[in-house]
Amino acid sequence: MSNDPIHQFHIAQWVPLHVGGVDLSFTNSSAFMVATVAVASAFLYLTSSNRGLIPTRLQSVSEMAYEFVASTLRESAGSAGMKFFPFVFSLFMFVLVANMLGMFPYFFTITSQIIVTFALAVLVIGTVLVYGFAKHGFKFLGVFVPSGVPGPLLLLVVPIEIISFLSRPISLSVRLFANMLAGHITLKVFAGFVASLSAFGAVGIGGAILPLAMTVALTGLEFLVAFLQAYVFTVLTCMYLNDAVHPGGH
Amino acid sequence: MFVSSANAASTTDIIVAQSEAPAHTDTVAPGTTPDAHAPADPTAGTHSETGHAKAVFPPFDSNHFASQLLWLAITFAVFYVFLSRVVLPRIGGIIETRRDRIATDLDQAARMKQESDEALAAYTQELADAKNKAGAIAQEARDQAKAKADAEQAEISAALEKKLSDAEASIATIKNKAMQEVGSIAEDTAAEIVKKIFGGAVDKPAISAAVKAVRG
Repeated sequence: MSNDPIHQFHIAQWVPLHVGGVDLSFTNSSAFMVATVAVASAFLYLTSSNRGLIPTRLQSVSEMAYEFVASTLRESAGSAGMKFFPFVFSLFMFVLVANMLGMFPYFFTITSQIIVTFALAVLVIGTVLVYGFAKHGFKFLGVFVPSGVPGPLLLLVVPIEIISFLSRPISLSVRLFANMLAGHITLKVFAGFVASLSAFGAVGIGGAILPLAMTVALTGLEFLVAFLQAYVFTVLTCMYLNDAVHPGGH
Repeated sequence: MFVSSANAASTTDIIVAQSEAPAHTDTVAPGTTPDAHAPADPTAGTHSETGHAKAVFPPFDSNHFASQLLWLAITFAVFYVFLSRVVLPRIGGIIETRRDRIATDLDQAARMKQESDEALAAYTQELADAKNKAGAIAQEARDQAKAKADAEQAEISAALEKKLSDAEASIATIKNKAMQEVGSIAEDTAAEIVKKIFGGAVDKPAISAAVKAVRG
């Protein structure tokens, strides 16, 4: 079982909870959601508690995260998009910390669950739709009509725009999910080689050096991917929110 | 297997599902449920899912979707509220305070620089004024001294001139007087000589006429 690369994605019930026949149990996934929120909140809260004019190292990490998200959002959606800043920042920190926590051995990676990433993506697109229609009414449909396109072409372009809009929650969620899933499986497979080769005595241990080196390298790569995917998720969220703020602005 | 046992509603259901699943798929067409199965298992759909749970890729196991959605909603909502109410205003405040502080410091520095520039300009101006003034004072002093010296020189030379002319006048009188006395001395000496040589009386008017004639 320990060498099964899929095992790490299994969901284990910790506190059973069934409401009306629906399984709402507190699972290892729930526990790591709580852990993600707790770690991220505690870090941000404690590092900023000094309110230092000259920041400590950790305080500047929090400030960098803040300014990074703020500048990304402002560049994509303008200052009108800044009302979504708490939302985008929460998303970024949630995904980033969830990805990073997933890098610990034996830890559960909540972003490797398609339902979690899909829920986050639907939250983003739902925010875009609700805000877009509430703010602009039917003018929001201008999102599907690029400016400067001649009439006949619109017959072709508008369906494409609609399809691309509808595929956003899927691409947004699958990108994050697939990256985390594939990375963790690869890591587990190579690490599994180390364990199984080591069982064959001295020759096996010698042969295990290569997969061990691969595991080390992949671990570094996975840390990069963990950050990069949180970044990509945030940047795309900002771009989609731009549609809600400025429909037809592209 | 580990997951299915953890998540199944009851262990007996699993046994039923697992034992019946192959028969179900092999012999019975989907949609037509055997009579023995239906009454015993009102939730046949979930059973077949838990029965296949070993085969289902865990992230796609829809049994856990509801639970994950619920807990994601709870945790993310708490996270969002905490960040937007507490953390973000605080970090934003820190950055804002710093930005304000830097701006005011820069303003203050600019103001101080301006003040120092003004002070420097005033100093330079005053220095130039003082130099001019000093030059004027020195010039004036020089002029005064020169005038005084000129006046004194003129006075002294005038006094010397007077003394010189006085001295010349007195020399001239003394000379005249001496010259007049030279005449009488010559008459006396001539009378004495005549008296000594010739004896007898001396013709005084003749002698003085002779002396006068000699002196021209």
